[in-house]
Amino acid sequence: MREFIQYITSYLGSNQTPGTAGNIFWVVVYVLLVFTGISLGVIAMNWLERKILAHMQVRLGPMRVGPHGLLQPFADALKLLLKEDLIPAEADSVIFWCAPFMVVLAAFTVFVVVPFGPTHAITDMNIGILFMLGVSSLSVLGIVMAGWASNSHYPLIGALRSSAQMVSYEVAMGMAVVSVILMTSLNAVGTGTLSMIGIVQAQLAQHEWFIFKFFPLGLIAFFIFAVAMVAETNRAPFDLAEAESELTAGFHTEYSGFRWSLFFLAEYGAMMAASSIAVTLWLGGWLRPFPNMLAGAGWDQLFSFIPGASFLFLAGLCFYSTARMPKHPYFRIQTIGLAGFGALLGLVGLILFIPPVRAWVQDIFWFSAKVAGFMYLYIWYRGTFPRYRFDQLMKMGWKVLLPMGLGILILTAGVALYQQNLWHP
Amino acid sequence: MPDETKSPSQHPPQGDSKPSAEKPAAPATPPKPAAVATPAAKPAAAPPKAPVPTPTPWDSPMIAKLRRTYGSGIEPLTYAGQNYIVVDRSLIPELLYVLRNEEKFDYCVDITAVHYPQREKQFDVIWVLYSFPRNERIRVKAQIADGATLPSSVPVWPAANWLEREVYDMFGIKFEGHPDLKRILLPDGWQGHPLRKDYGILQQDNQWVQINLGIESGQ
Amino acid sequence: MTNQNTLSHVDLETPEKPFLDANELVINMGPQHPATHGVLRVILRLDGEKVLGLECVIGYLHRGVEKIGEHRTYTMFNPYVDRMDYVAAVSNGLGYCETVEKLLNVEAPPRAQHVRVILTELNRIASHQLWLGTHALDIGAITPLFYTFRDREEILKIYEKYCGARLTTHAFRIGGLQYETYAGFEKEVKNFLNFFRPKIDEYEELLTTNRIWLERTKGVGKISAQDCIALGVTGPVLRASGMKWDLRKAQPYACYKNFDFEIPIGQNGDTYDRYLVRMVEMRQSVRIIEQALGALPEGPIMAKVPKVMKPPAGEVYHSIEAPKGELGYFIVSDGSTQPYRVRVRPPSFVNLQALDLMCRGQLVADVIAVIGTLDIVLGEVDR
Repeated sequence: MREFIQYITSYLGSNQTPGTAGNIFWVVVYVLLVFTGISLGVIAMNWLERKILAHMQVRLGPMRVGPHGLLQPFADALKLLLKEDLIPAEADSVIFWCAPFMVVLAAFTVFVVVPFGPTHAITDMNIGILFMLGVSSLSVLGIVMAGWASNSHYPLIGALRSSAQMVSYEVAMGMAVVSVILMTSLNAVGTGTLSMIGIVQAQLAQHEWFIFKFFPLGLIAFFIFAVAMVAETNRAPFDLAEAESELTAGFHTEYSGFRWSLFFLAEYGAMMAASSIAVTLWLGGWLRPFPNMLAGAGWDQLFSFIPGASFLFLAGLCFYSTARMPKHPYFRIQTIGLAGFGALLGLVGLILFIPPVRAWVQDIFWFSAKVAGFMYLYIWYRGTFPRYRFDQLMKMGWKVLLPMGLGILILTAGVALYQQNLWHP
Repeated sequence: MPDETKSPSQHPPQGDSKPSAEKPAAPATPPKPAAVATPAAKPAAAPPKAPVPTPTPWDSPMIAKLRRTYGSGIEPLTYAGQNYIVVDRSLIPELLYVLRNEEKFDYCVDITAVHYPQREKQFDVIWVLYSFPRNERIRVKAQIADGATLPSSVPVWPAANWLEREVYDMFGIKFEGHPDLKRILLPDGWQGHPLRKDYGILQQDNQWVQINLGIESGQ
Repeated sequence: MTNQNTLSHVDLETPEKPFLDANELVINMGPQHPATHGVLRVILRLDGEKVLGLECVIGYLHRGVEKIGEHRTYTMFNPYVDRMDYVAAVSNGLGYCETVEKLLNVEAPPRAQHVRVILTELNRIASHQLWLGTHALDIGAITPLFYTFRDREEILKIYEKYCGARLTTHAFRIGGLQYETYAGFEKEVKNFLNFFRPKIDEYEELLTTNRIWLERTKGVGKISAQDCIALGVTGPVLRASGMKWDLRKAQPYACYKNFDFEIPIGQNGDTYDRYLVRMVEMRQSVRIIEQALGALPEGPIMAKVPKVMKPPAGEVYHSIEAPKGELGYFIVSDGSTQPYRVRVRPPSFVNLQALDLMCRGQLVADVIAVIGTLDIVLGEVDR
């Protein structure tokens, strides 16, 4: 027992990720924490997407279940779990059964290497980015399985579209990623790295987020990735695989209930995963804004208050809405609920002010905030853009993004060599 | 419900059956060549605000031209300011081609039919035509017996495709040479043609309903 | 006999073969499909994603309106016509009332005519708004739908205030109007026009120069004016192909000849041109309503029509420019209180014939775009 406790506490002192430290207990804890976090994120995203999209479209969105529809995702989840589990008679039931798990697995496994902070990752692989790209592209297998096993035309077309789309955008995506890896090999760090943590540390060492590196090369590479990432996750305007106006629901037309909710979970998980890659590679991962320019204890102190302050701000919004709730007995429970939610947020905010916690959540907060920015972009795209047609999508992938990616790669390499005086044109 | 009881045994409209009764069966014989065209008809319309307006003949260069070719096979009439030509069934494909190619009636607005169960030739088939260059509308009307066929006008106006299918669906008039003459609004196996006057308003193909919908009756 | 009027480039009778002798995929789209605008069923023959040909199966919404018409009096049939093109019910009513008025040889008084024009043009705007929203939704832009519905609501409110109904309004009576306009009608319509004018710009801002929208609509579902005429296609589709023809100008009915407006035309006859034409039509409708409001005369709203209508025996075809094209009524009277035969020439039905021609060789996604751009209403196609 004592040894076990010692085994547990031994990790706390080490400045490593649990995977690197080889501490199984903390790995399990981290896995649970990360997966809970992602699931909570998906739930929040579900609510936020509906609300934000609704407000973009001059409507209110969910308003009935809980104050401002806050409990709507839970109601939906409950509904989906209680729904009858259908497997079409003509479907290939084994593959049909496996497909959603495949997709979820691919979407969630990616988070194994996502660095929420210098030590806040499940593990730090030296091939982190490669692992991420590899595993995330496995989800296409699940989609093809779903489309095939449904034994129906619409899912089949949806799956074919999806696989073709993912394969073609992965190439451009890879080019953009490689250009970042070239950037890591510069200056202080010296050798390039594929490790996610290493990439962020390289940005710290070079005093520059890679989005601003070799301006505008980094920016263009980021742009390529940002476009390809939307295509990779099958979201508007590239949601051809599930274009509801053409293919009813694409590859998951025949799915319902729990299985369908797994696809839903996987889609949002994949969105977060792709956003985390973008954040890690270009936006400095867990680094707070201006870590070098505004360096110093005072600035550190100031920035460390932001997480708690932002929660307090949200709590304030809740209280403001509570005050604006209609004064009608019918709304009493909702009003209390909203005030309670505000109080909860406020409490979280206050906890985040406690110095040890404050230091601990810094990285996680900044990382999540950046990912949340991307999530907002996803919603924004969906509210603004019409859908691409399949041939246009392919044209864009192969004829625009891929050449651009190749060009960026070559230019980045050239500039990098030039800067290191290895190349004298 | 008085409106439900309206039956085919009611008096048929007089306005349309008259010309057909007077018309000789053979279009080749020219009974009254040009005299009918204008002067004789004018007095008929002359009584101001006659209680019952009737169709009156009309004339135009086009009609004169058509008359020279087809003689008494065509009978131009006008009612409420709208011109139409009652033509003999045997002129049908040819006259339509002439109207389209020479008279520039390039737009086939509608094809429909009217059922007169009391008449010997039970159906009026009506082409509503419009000419874009002339900004003129004309109706061509032919009378055919039950079971008789008409040449399809799809080669003349591709627009006639679905319109003829609908006439076939609703009246059972067959169009020869139609590329795909089948029911359009009703299901394929349906019995009966609902817009015929002998098809009651509550009537339906019970057998079809029972077999295909699995219910006793659609009502 | 020459055949100069047949379709220009596609032989619709001979089926196209898939590339490389691949198996063709037959897909059944509808009657329950989110993008077929009702219960249209389209059987698509695909080579991969390319459309080799398609067949429309219609009739799922067939209610036998024409048969019902033979068993109702002229007055009783009036509300039924609203149920055909239910997004442009007022236009349907206008066509029917004018046709029966022709049979009766009466004419609605000027005030009634002006109110009719105002309500019909409002209806055209409402119909085009609904088209825009659903069409954009089909192409994947979900937001315009809510904007157009928000603004369409204002029109429906005017209808509701005028006659109590929002959708199937039954606004007109044979011989004129049932109701005098309510107090403040003119002001409300004017307010709507002022409210609506910037809204068209808002729609256009979202779509007209949107790159994806351009790529999805330019060159999609092209149809030449010649093919339009051969297939009997009318309305904005015909105008977008470059044919300047609008029944309101060509054969003016109601009091359209008093008003000054333009007929927008396109050049290419593709989905984008049809979109632009309809956008301009909305602006022109605003112009017409403004003029009609300015010239709204005082006077009776009902012509002298008998209580029991017995039009003299005879037949009349009359057509109006509905939002979707030429809407014609052919009514045969036998002198009794009920029509002997009512025939409706629905624009959607005839326009839908062009779907095959417009979709050949395009992709599945274009079929959706073309169905949307044809602006069909299945209630009218099937009647």
